[in-house]
Amino acid sequence: MPEPANLIDREIHPVRDRVLLGAVWAAAMLVAGAFVWLLADLLWHGAGRLDWSFLSTAPRNSGRAGGIWPIVVSTVLIVAVAIVVAAPLGLATAVLLSEFTRRGGATERAIGLSLDVLAGVPSIVFGLFGNAFFSVWLGLGFSILSGGLTLACMVLPILIRTAETGLRMVPDDWRLGAAALGLSRTTALHQILIPVATPVLLAGLMLGIGRAMAETAALVFTSGYVDRMPSSLFDSGRAISVHIYDLTMNVAGGDRSAYASALVLIALLVLVNGAAIWLSDRTLQRKIATR
Amino acid sequence: MSRTARDTCLLLGLSVAAIVASGILLLIILFLSTEAWPVFSQVGLLKFAFDEAWYPTEGAFDLKPMLVASFAMSMLSIMLAAPLGIASAVFCRFYAPPVFRRAYQWIIILLAGIPSVVLGLWGLTVIVPLILMLAPPGASLLAGSLVLALMIVPTVALTTQAALASIPQFYWVGAAALGLSREGTLLGVALPAIRSSIFAGIMLAMARALGETMAVLMVSGNVVQLPTSLFDPVRTLTANIALEMAYATGDHRSALFVSGLALTVLVFILAWVARRSGGQVVHA
Repeated sequence: MPEPANLIDREIHPVRDRVLLGAVWAAAMLVAGAFVWLLADLLWHGAGRLDWSFLSTAPRNSGRAGGIWPIVVSTVLIVAVAIVVAAPLGLATAVLLSEFTRRGGATERAIGLSLDVLAGVPSIVFGLFGNAFFSVWLGLGFSILSGGLTLACMVLPILIRTAETGLRMVPDDWRLGAAALGLSRTTALHQILIPVATPVLLAGLMLGIGRAMAETAALVFTSGYVDRMPSSLFDSGRAISVHIYDLTMNVAGGDRSAYASALVLIALLVLVNGAAIWLSDRTLQRKIATR
Repeated sequence: MSRTARDTCLLLGLSVAAIVASGILLLIILFLSTEAWPVFSQVGLLKFAFDEAWYPTEGAFDLKPMLVASFAMSMLSIMLAAPLGIASAVFCRFYAPPVFRRAYQWIIILLAGIPSVVLGLWGLTVIVPLILMLAPPGASLLAGSLVLALMIVPTVALTTQAALASIPQFYWVGAAALGLSREGTLLGVALPAIRSSIFAGIMLAMARALGETMAVLMVSGNVVQLPTSLFDPVRTLTANIALEMAYATGDHRSALFVSGLALTVLVFILAWVARRSGGQVVHA
């Protein structure tokens, strides 16, 4: 911005500008301060409890002592069920949206609207639905399968939207090229579009995994509370977020274990989200390289 | 199989997947409604707002305290989070030195990713004892609002940031040509230009606050009562479902589904208003 012009406005409103400057800095520092406080508190209380045996042994005395190994296993199983179900369904819907429907057409709008609404449903309502449908109506009871399927419904919108974006990023020239070579659309999809979009698809998958891992409210009435090692998908299993909740609210003296579990959960989330960012950055670089 | 036959099969398969994916929403609405129907048809809508009290096992289904608590808490949290979120976006775009900008951007993204149960844990062990020093019992409407505010600041900040980035270049050039200072550009050009997007972001953040369960459940005390001050413990709609679903049967269970349905309708209305005013669903 040219300096002399800048001075005119500055001379008219010196007080307003100072106040605004101060207010914006104060607000930003408040938010940053709260975040640093939160992080420091987690590290301060959790790090002492965290060691290899915490990760590798079963909880004792309602989680006050011992570790979280069966809980980590349950969490992984619940998230795995959710992704195994939601990923193919999400990819297929995304392909339909990006390759076979007209942008802004009736089909695209209808599916898009239902996905956006689904993305806004509160997680506790997913819990109610999962309990009524998977646990009771389908008779799956409190099980890893019920919890995983409930989460599958929950992460579906994010998987579809990211996959759709990834597929749309592939330049149309490539589709035309494939058609000119006489490839069927199935072959073009299989050999060209999906391989090219893979990093974005994986990044979306990572976001979905992160979302599923952080979820609590939808799991309390679907996959349940049992903190033993699950022996099959029909067993109840306690996810790590449910474990944190239970330790904080229902177990006196469980705070330190809750903090350590929270640290484990956040470390997992940072890992998964880091992978997502790395993967989508890589696509961008590749896109520039091919141009 | 011929080429066209294979493509037809593919399209068929994709369509089935898309129908399943968009059918989930209908399935959710269907199941919430059928589970809610028994008590709904018996006592009617008005009873949920004007009964004497919430004794669901004895047929008294007054949801008013929970509705008021949910509403008050999301209003309070948005009143705190909206200015902070907008200021955060403005800070990144206008004020932050380059080093700070990157770091601050990361803080906002990480804050958006903190699981609500972890925020609840922090709220219960840090915020609640601090409020207890001011006025007992500590776990209160205020504690819930503060934790919720921290949770939805990123939503407001990220939508505002996206809107700021979408302002056409000639607005900035025009502002510079008029000799406006940084503050003049901000207050006179940038913020008015993205007013409706900011509003949409606030609506989305409010929907999120209304639907949040764990953090609120852990810090707000969960006493069924109409709050008379910021320091009163309250129970929100979401917390009520989470607390009672474990043992509810019959009409009680059905009443919880009614409150779940009410919550969903409220959130849909907010999302619809956001969409109407040009907001986009942020899948993050």
